[in-house]
Amino acid sequence: MMDGSDLGILGKDERQDAVKDASKEVGYVTEDGRQIGGVLMELRNITLKFGGVVAIKDISFDIREGEIRAIIGPNGAGKSSMLNIISGFYTPSEGELWYKGSKRPPMKPYEVARLGVARTFQNIALFEGMTVLDNVMTGRLTHMKAGIASQAIWWGKARDEEIANREIVEKVIDFLEIQNIRKTPVGRLPYGLKKRVELARALAAEPSLLLLDEPMAGMNVEEKEDMSRFILDVNDEFGTTICLIEHDMGVVMDLSDRVVVMDYGKKIGDGPPDEVRQNQDVIDAYLGVAH
Amino acid sequence: MAYMSEGAAGLRSVPALLQRNASRFAGRPAYREKEFGIWQSWSWAETQEEIEAFALGLLNLGVAPGDHVAVIGRNRPTLYWSMVAAQMAGAVPVPLYQDAVAEEMEYVLQHCGARFVIAADQEQVDKVIEIQDDLHQFEHMIYVDPRGMRKYDHRALHDYAHVQAQGRAARDELIGELDRRRDALGYDDTCVMLYTSGTTGKPKGVVLSNRNIIETAKSSSEFDHLTPGEEVLAYLPMAWVGDFIFSIGQAYWNGFCVNCPESAETMMTDLREIAPSYYFAPPRVFETQLTQIMIRMEDAGGFKRKLFHHFLNHAKVVGPKILDGKPVGMFERLKYALGEFMVYGPLKNTLGFSRVRVGYTAGEAIGPEIFDFYRALGINLKQLYGQTEASVFITQQPDNEVRPDTVGVPSPGVEIRIAESGEVFYRSPGVFVEYYQNPDSTAGTKDAEGWVATGDAGFIEEATGHLRIIDRAKDVGKMADGALFAPKYVENKLKFYPNILEAVVFGNGRDRCTAFINIDLTAVGNWAERNNIAYASYQELAGHPQVLDTIQSHVEEVNASVAQDEMLSGCQVHRFLVLHKELDADDGELTRTRKVRRNIIAEKYADLLTALYDGSESIYTETEVTYEDGRKGRIKATLQIRDAQVVPAAPMKVAAE
Repeated sequence: MMDGSDLGILGKDERQDAVKDASKEVGYVTEDGRQIGGVLMELRNITLKFGGVVAIKDISFDIREGEIRAIIGPNGAGKSSMLNIISGFYTPSEGELWYKGSKRPPMKPYEVARLGVARTFQNIALFEGMTVLDNVMTGRLTHMKAGIASQAIWWGKARDEEIANREIVEKVIDFLEIQNIRKTPVGRLPYGLKKRVELARALAAEPSLLLLDEPMAGMNVEEKEDMSRFILDVNDEFGTTICLIEHDMGVVMDLSDRVVVMDYGKKIGDGPPDEVRQNQDVIDAYLGVAH
Repeated sequence: MAYMSEGAAGLRSVPALLQRNASRFAGRPAYREKEFGIWQSWSWAETQEEIEAFALGLLNLGVAPGDHVAVIGRNRPTLYWSMVAAQMAGAVPVPLYQDAVAEEMEYVLQHCGARFVIAADQEQVDKVIEIQDDLHQFEHMIYVDPRGMRKYDHRALHDYAHVQAQGRAARDELIGELDRRRDALGYDDTCVMLYTSGTTGKPKGVVLSNRNIIETAKSSSEFDHLTPGEEVLAYLPMAWVGDFIFSIGQAYWNGFCVNCPESAETMMTDLREIAPSYYFAPPRVFETQLTQIMIRMEDAGGFKRKLFHHFLNHAKVVGPKILDGKPVGMFERLKYALGEFMVYGPLKNTLGFSRVRVGYTAGEAIGPEIFDFYRALGINLKQLYGQTEASVFITQQPDNEVRPDTVGVPSPGVEIRIAESGEVFYRSPGVFVEYYQNPDSTAGTKDAEGWVATGDAGFIEEATGHLRIIDRAKDVGKMADGALFAPKYVENKLKFYPNILEAVVFGNGRDRCTAFINIDLTAVGNWAERNNIAYASYQELAGHPQVLDTIQSHVEEVNASVAQDEMLSGCQVHRFLVLHKELDADDGELTRTRKVRRNIIAEKYADLLTALYDGSESIYTETEVTYEDGRKGRIKATLQIRDAQVVPAAPMKVAAE
């Protein structure tokens, strides 16, 4: 009943396909013994311009199957823009996005969501007046296909569909331990819990790539510890690939397998946390040098 | 002692009761648990199948008769089944407190020599792994929730579902052995071993036999007329004897349904959804709920608030009378019925008490206002007095004879004796077999005739036959004239007033009682604010004449109430003072759990104590205090000493002689 493996939340087949497609490169094994697979998403020479402002300049990196990938950098480095490109909010001015072995054409965010990319937002974007349950249910929207007539009378396909989706949502609620606030309107929740509800909504979509935009911003130490544990658990239990932006260096270094460091729209470092920590450019970017 | 026919129709163990229930109540629900937002349920027949399959799995793992099987986790059907499955396999279940830290578990697991541990989840598994090197007899661990367990070394670690599946697969092979062991369970074999929480010294393993559990379940069920239709919510620690009696003993004896909440945090929602008919909670739970209701009513609109208070006042007058079946006027009854419709009914529904037919509280003294509040709403809340060593029940209050200050009449089959010292002794079919591997403690608690010392002092009210517990036996003393001195009894009465935070009553070996009193800054400060009384410090507020007047009236009310007891009327407070500082654990005046350290206080404030007895009107004193950062300082004060009116001892004593 509680078995994680049959939760049906893994999107396992999709992931395995992706591994096959990306077999041009083999993965690596992390320090704690996790097998990381081939490339899930690859960004090639991405440049993003807003008029004359160059937000991102010629950046390339990849995200591998099953890893926790962090993007760090000082304020204004272009981290959130990068996440917005991955999730389809922005279309890059130059460069290519390769996802699961094929080139991804410019897409609308909802199309990207259907491909199995889910995200959370830096400033919480939940429906404040709706309950936690309803908010998390919206994460299943891309999986619901019943017609408007069936939905309106809640009979037949719509009903079966809702029950099946509710089951998945309940498993996520159980996983993130938010049963006690299931029926609470989101507006009444403290900040830390709202963040967790956002994560729940993203997880409900059963993503193969989960994007977290500053999941721990504004949290106290205890909330950060909880959130870190959930991120690790999601990755461990469901094998979900996670790409996150975070400011708390301690958290980033502990959680992630590989880190991309950005500064002024350029990539200044890329590699495992220990390696990045030694990188002189990174140290300069964080501590500041005379330009 | 005359027992019922040996094991009441051959039902000599919990697995035997399970077999009976599986045929008699086959389709009725035995367990419910909220999982994934839905109440999942298992009928008695399904429960039997689940438990049997797990018991076969345990045999498959090599559980031998007499083995100890530790069970750790929150209330879940699987863990209740684990306990019964262990019994079925001839082993002894040992439930542990799930919030215990690893070292505490180590002592218990070592002491009982558990070969098997059944743990709820990763958290519990980690604790056992941390200490397993020191557990020489420990062999296998089974976990229920597989979350996070994938990467663990599974050589001696098993998934509950897997053990069960293997049991099912090996059914043909092992069922003969399982039946043999199940049939061999005798009435005097061990049913369960429960560790006392051990506030003093190391925990002791209380061995309870099938006879203890089944006889107790049977007689207590008859006492409260429990039926197979009861619903209980299992939310108290599984390692506590009460949960074992309510959720296993009585549930299996009567065949009623045990409901397990989704998580500890959802308890209140689940309580409301289940609306149990039979409910137990410690006084603290009732107190918190009442506070929450009152705070939420303060936030309600004016009309609703007026309505609430109007009907609540009415309920306080007639509610308990209606509950006790005493005569109440027609108009009063009609008004109560209207209140039920408009206020009490919806309120009980919100609290999850709509269907409570029998509610119990025990463990510590409950404030009379709290107790009366729930009874006024028509909730049949009663008190009981019990111990692990007695399989819970020593005394309980019968319907219609409920009062906040007694703990009831002896439970069916229980004999009570009050020793010379005032200590309460009991003897019953529920009396424990022994403390496991601790003959000295067993001999020190239970004598050859089966009388068990409770460690509590009390007396039986002659008029009603109710037992009243007054204090821990070691705190009770004698006054100079030989009258009983029970300080905590009086202190508790004083502390029920919101204005009084702490009270320390003196009088052991003296001719009369006196008291130190601490005001509650929140309550008194609030009162001062509302009455425009300015104060600059705690000390000033504590010495304010109006505050002293209020406290004096409280003390006099308590005196009047103490005087009602012929045995304790000597404990009335003749003189008191309000201390200029709050008693504090940092100064060693309280323990860390906020219990007063009487002797240390008496020594430290010897000058004040002397003044209480030498008749002076006021006293100048200097006291050393420790600040939070460890620095020390002195505070000086002149304290007023007040004489409180005392009531002459109740004439009943004379009449009784």
